[in-house]
Amino acid sequence: MKSLRAILFKDIAVEWRNKEAISSMFMFGVLTMVIFNYTVDPTGFDRSELSPGVLWVAFTFAGVIGLNRSLNMEIDNECLQGLLLAPLTRGDLYLGKVASNFVFMMTAELLIIPPFVILNNLPIDSRILGIVGVAILGTLGFVSVGTILSMIAAQTRMKEVILAILQIPLTVPVILMAVKSTGMIIANETAGISSRLAVLGAFTIVYLTASYLLFDYVVEE
Amino acid sequence: MNTKVLGVIAFVLMLITCYLIFVVAPIESTMGIVQKIFYFHVPNAILSYMAAILLGFASIMFLATSNQKWDRYGSVSAELGVLFTTTAIVSGMIWGKPAWGKYWVSWDVRLNLELVLLLTLVAYLMLRAYLPNQEKRATLSCVFGLLALLNIPFNYLSIYLLPTQHPKPVVSPGGGGIDPGMKPAFYLSLLTWLVLFAYLFIKRLAVARLQEEVEYLEHRVRNA
Repeated sequence: MKSLRAILFKDIAVEWRNKEAISSMFMFGVLTMVIFNYTVDPTGFDRSELSPGVLWVAFTFAGVIGLNRSLNMEIDNECLQGLLLAPLTRGDLYLGKVASNFVFMMTAELLIIPPFVILNNLPIDSRILGIVGVAILGTLGFVSVGTILSMIAAQTRMKEVILAILQIPLTVPVILMAVKSTGMIIANETAGISSRLAVLGAFTIVYLTASYLLFDYVVEE
Repeated sequence: MNTKVLGVIAFVLMLITCYLIFVVAPIESTMGIVQKIFYFHVPNAILSYMAAILLGFASIMFLATSNQKWDRYGSVSAELGVLFTTTAIVSGMIWGKPAWGKYWVSWDVRLNLELVLLLTLVAYLMLRAYLPNQEKRATLSCVFGLLALLNIPFNYLSIYLLPTQHPKPVVSPGGGGIDPGMKPAFYLSLLTWLVLFAYLFIKRLAVARLQEEVEYLEHRVRNA
């Protein structure tokens, strides 16, 4: 627990000083939503049906950017070497990185949600809390896979490109369930949402456990 | 067994299967002749998932034993998986045009998840291509193979929670079942494709072994 906190605070301290990860994720997310404003013809159908998908496309791409950033931060000055020498298990290192990736991605998402609400003319009421709740669950699933995949990608020749290629197919169940749940919340029809959220939760638990155990193989010398 | 014999068996079985499908099996009452694609499409789709499960199993075995053999099995399974997901998707699309009026139904979860399976397998092969060191390549791609295996149950669950207009799988529990007259053609077709899969698997495995040997020799020459 102590080592997890140490890694988390180290990453937060670095981010506090340069503010690179969250600002780039936020910008990228907002730009994605703006492009959707232009590419989709507003007449003819209900915008609220499309908006959950737009939100999660923005989250997904912003998330990949954030994971790449957190990975490069460790590689640039050979920080990873230092982390591997630190007296902590590989599993703890994984959990620490999951925690910091989660905090950064979640912060960026909380910043992306207000422009999302405005751009899509959604009413400002308690439903926004529901959207945030789904985002928390979905993001946890996203970073549980993303953290281990970013370590795999770090050891290839094409780091940035390969991470997106590995990450997006594996997180399809997360994106599917999160989009569906967000849509149900926006439409105020939440009957049956629990089974979707259960899938999200199960995904997170399965991948957290598997990655915790497999991380040893990924970072071995 | 000699692989040549297996190849000949696959060829003969394919001829008999085609005879059963096009001559013996009855023509489906509502879809007509188009339904014949079913005999190719379903075995291919089953084998595509089998390839993915084989990949996951080989990955687990490699991580547990560190035996290079399992990594080879994994990479060959992934390649065959790419082949069979592609044939399953293409045969499904050919059926979809007359049956649904379009090649692809963009919101159908079952269609898209087969595509996701294809993309996952391609991602696995790309990851291998970007890892020059053989030992590292084996370990990291097996970790990814195992993570990909864990994805299958979630994909399977999504099919029941999200909209699809794909026909219910007729041969799985809870499916509609098929006409007794169609059964011999279908099961023989399944067997034929299975034999072909085994034949391709063994052939490709031999090539993979040679590739590894060449890689090793190159390495030795360079360090001599």
